[in-house]
Amino acid sequence: MTVMNETPIRPSTPAARRPRKRQFSRDIAETKLFRVLRWLVIIGLLVVTVFPFYYMITLSVRDIGSLIADPARIWPNLAEISFDAYTSVLASVADGGQGFTGFIITSGLVALGTVALTLLIAIPGAYAVSRLQFFGRRQISALFLAVYLFPSILLAVPLFVFFTKLGLRGAIGVLLVVYVSQTIAVSIFMLRNYFQTIPESLEEAAALDGLGRIGTMLRISLPLAGPAIMSNALFVFMIAWNEFLFALLFLVEDRDKWTVSLGLAQLSGSLEVPTTVLMAGSVILTLPIIILFFGSERLLSEGLTAGSDK
Amino acid sequence: MSTTTTLRRKGSVSRRQARAGIALVSPSVIIVLVLVVLPILWTVMLAFQDVRLIQIRRANLFGNYTLDNFINVLTSEALWSSLGTTLTYSVLGTGGAIVVGLMAALALRNAFRGRTLVRAAMLLPYVSPVVAAAFVWKTMLNPQFGVVNAWGTGALGWDQPVSFLTTRTSEVEILGLTVPVPTALFTVIAFEIWRTFPFVFLFVTARLQAVPKSIEEAARMDGAVPTQMFRHILLPQLLPTIAVLSVLRFIWTFNNFDDVYLLTGGGAGTEVVSVGVFNYLIGRGDIGSASAQALVLAAILTVMVLIYMKFAVKDEEVA
Repeated sequence: MTVMNETPIRPSTPAARRPRKRQFSRDIAETKLFRVLRWLVIIGLLVVTVFPFYYMITLSVRDIGSLIADPARIWPNLAEISFDAYTSVLASVADGGQGFTGFIITSGLVALGTVALTLLIAIPGAYAVSRLQFFGRRQISALFLAVYLFPSILLAVPLFVFFTKLGLRGAIGVLLVVYVSQTIAVSIFMLRNYFQTIPESLEEAAALDGLGRIGTMLRISLPLAGPAIMSNALFVFMIAWNEFLFALLFLVEDRDKWTVSLGLAQLSGSLEVPTTVLMAGSVILTLPIIILFFGSERLLSEGLTAGSDK
Repeated sequence: MSTTTTLRRKGSVSRRQARAGIALVSPSVIIVLVLVVLPILWTVMLAFQDVRLIQIRRANLFGNYTLDNFINVLTSEALWSSLGTTLTYSVLGTGGAIVVGLMAALALRNAFRGRTLVRAAMLLPYVSPVVAAAFVWKTMLNPQFGVVNAWGTGALGWDQPVSFLTTRTSEVEILGLTVPVPTALFTVIAFEIWRTFPFVFLFVTARLQAVPKSIEEAARMDGAVPTQMFRHILLPQLLPTIAVLSVLRFIWTFNNFDDVYLLTGGGAGTEVVSVGVFNYLIGRGDIGSASAQALVLAAILTVMVLIYMKFAVKDEEVA
């Protein structure tokens, strides 16, 4: 934290006191104005941020015919509420649905796999970078920062070409490894910052008690870093679940391998699937993130301020 | 124990530590090297070759170097116009996100009932999947059954529905003057601001919590009014954070692919450079030109990352 220089309080000589009177009415006017403006901003932003999600839900329980007949109405009539869109979007293609159940399984597996693998690799890495002295430590830190800032579109071309050449492009495992490579830098960054806040004396005490390096890491530092690891896990899950570009590049050809994001994007281009059905798909795509988010708002916002996605 | 043995023991401890450190960090480094650094280097090689997607399985990827791709990409009108589009998109998108995020953080600074919930709601656009968000926006803006056009033509009295995402420019009358407005581009910028202002909001809120109240109280005693307090007390303290956020957001907006691709597919005057790279690669199957264009993007980006690192050294806490 940067400490700001304290502004010395001016002595209240008569000369200094004079402008205060002149400003008195301005002060009242401004205070009143900002009290009103503040609420306008809050309400305005609340409407803008929440309305699209509200709209998503209402459309998902309405019938497409009623939407086209009356697009200005933003609430569903009680009589027309139905969950047909959900059954339709979740049913497999063979049963005349859109096969989102399969997409959810793929997305879930990829996201959970990415979280597990990223943590497994990033935790020791972050610990080493924050605690151990070794040659090239600073360079490695800088490398991770640079990688974290580099956007995925630049990697799209070579990775696409490379895995096409190997004939492995459609493999879900390949997508998972690519996701890990995308999240590992930010994970190390977040976790490193946390490990640095753990007092070294704790670890020295453990070492005196005869614990080795790895033992200290597992028994002392990891449990202390629990909350940070948790918020990092949520953050990585969010990135992997929401990811679109690599899923598009790698899996687009085989509908059985689509993730929820990819499925929704691909189907929203076709005219055959009614918008209301796809809205149900959007709700299904968004819901896990919202549940995780509200279930752990504090954790996730800590995670978000510690790092961020691209 | 003599000093030499202590020294030797110290030496072996640090050597052991170094070995442990390298062992623990190497899986991360290997993954990053293999899947990020090497591919970037390989892009450089691809950019100097004439490689097509169709013959990729047979092509020899180490030979026949040529400058054609760069000549192609750099002399094409498309690159320069899309660089202009990208710049407008990033400057307005970043600026908008900073202004809205700052306003949100200031408005929510003082506690009130339900503030926690409002704060959480502010983050919704940022955490929700971009595909779902883009789809809802597309539906809301749909000229046939979208709510925006339904209200616009109904309550607001527009002559006809506006196809926000497929209109390149539309004439808008402001104070009697007819001004051409890049409709689709402004719409994707609005979407970008909507999706990323929470990021700014989050960081500015965190920074605001660290501003000591005592300074403001002192200024208040001195007769400072709210605008003066913001200008002379809050803003100077927030400025380093805002600077870092601007660079960070600018870098990411500059390279953003998802938002534009999902909303317009790069049509109607919204083709940013990253969508151009994608179109070269998938649409035309021209790997060489896609790589060359990606490198142009990377070169600009490298400059920006260096700028960011300069800032980040000064203000590590935000990184």
